[in-house]
Amino acid sequence: MAQTQSEIRYLTPLSVDTKKKKYCRFKRSGIKYIDYKDPEFLKKFLNEQGKILPRRITGTSLKFQRRVAQAVKRARHLALLPYVADLMK
Amino acid sequence: MNHYETVFILTPVLSDAQMKEAVEKFKGVLTENDATIVNEENWGLRKLAYSIQNKTTGFYTLIEFDGEPTIVRKLETAFRRDEKVLRFLTFRLDKYAAEYAAKRRNKKAAKEETPAAPVEEAPMAEENINV
Repeated sequence: MAQTQSEIRYLTPLSVDTKKKKYCRFKRSGIKYIDYKDPEFLKKFLNEQGKILPRRITGTSLKFQRRVAQAVKRARHLALLPYVADLMK
Repeated sequence: MNHYETVFILTPVLSDAQMKEAVEKFKGVLTENDATIVNEENWGLRKLAYSIQNKTTGFYTLIEFDGEPTIVRKLETAFRRDEKVLRFLTFRLDKYAAEYAAKRRNKKAAKEETPAAPVEEAPMAEENINV
């Protein structure tokens, strides 16, 4: 009895997602300067409303998160990116 | 001496000649104050991400220059006095930014030498791999 309970069988195998390790893309690819003139690239760090995504989602290191924020803010000032948007991308 | 970069947006109501004249005026402000202009880019008429003074487009111009820190204030006063300027941004380039700007310049120069070559619009991520 005890044995049967421990051997639970599922019809569909349980999806055990192995957590993908997040990494800082700037460190990995050796980018040292983040250009504010490239809004398409900066959009990777924004959500639908045009807000800057937190580090815990993008995996960016603190050093580069500060630089991303700087670049995004410069782009916003020059109207390359919106301050607020309903549906970006 | 510092390396600076400035971008400003001119109103779209100007004619081509007026726009060039305005750009020349600001370049004049720089050269009068002993700055050397390193690079100049005209991005042309671009759509703004949000409206500024009820305008949805603007002429973008980028100027890179070397100069003393005092020049920035003079330049920005000139921008503020001019009604044709919608927005401006001036900042000092640090060593990584200067490196990137130099690369951008070289790329532009190479492109101008071979105008027949296909225009390559590589995203920044790929451009910078071999820094």
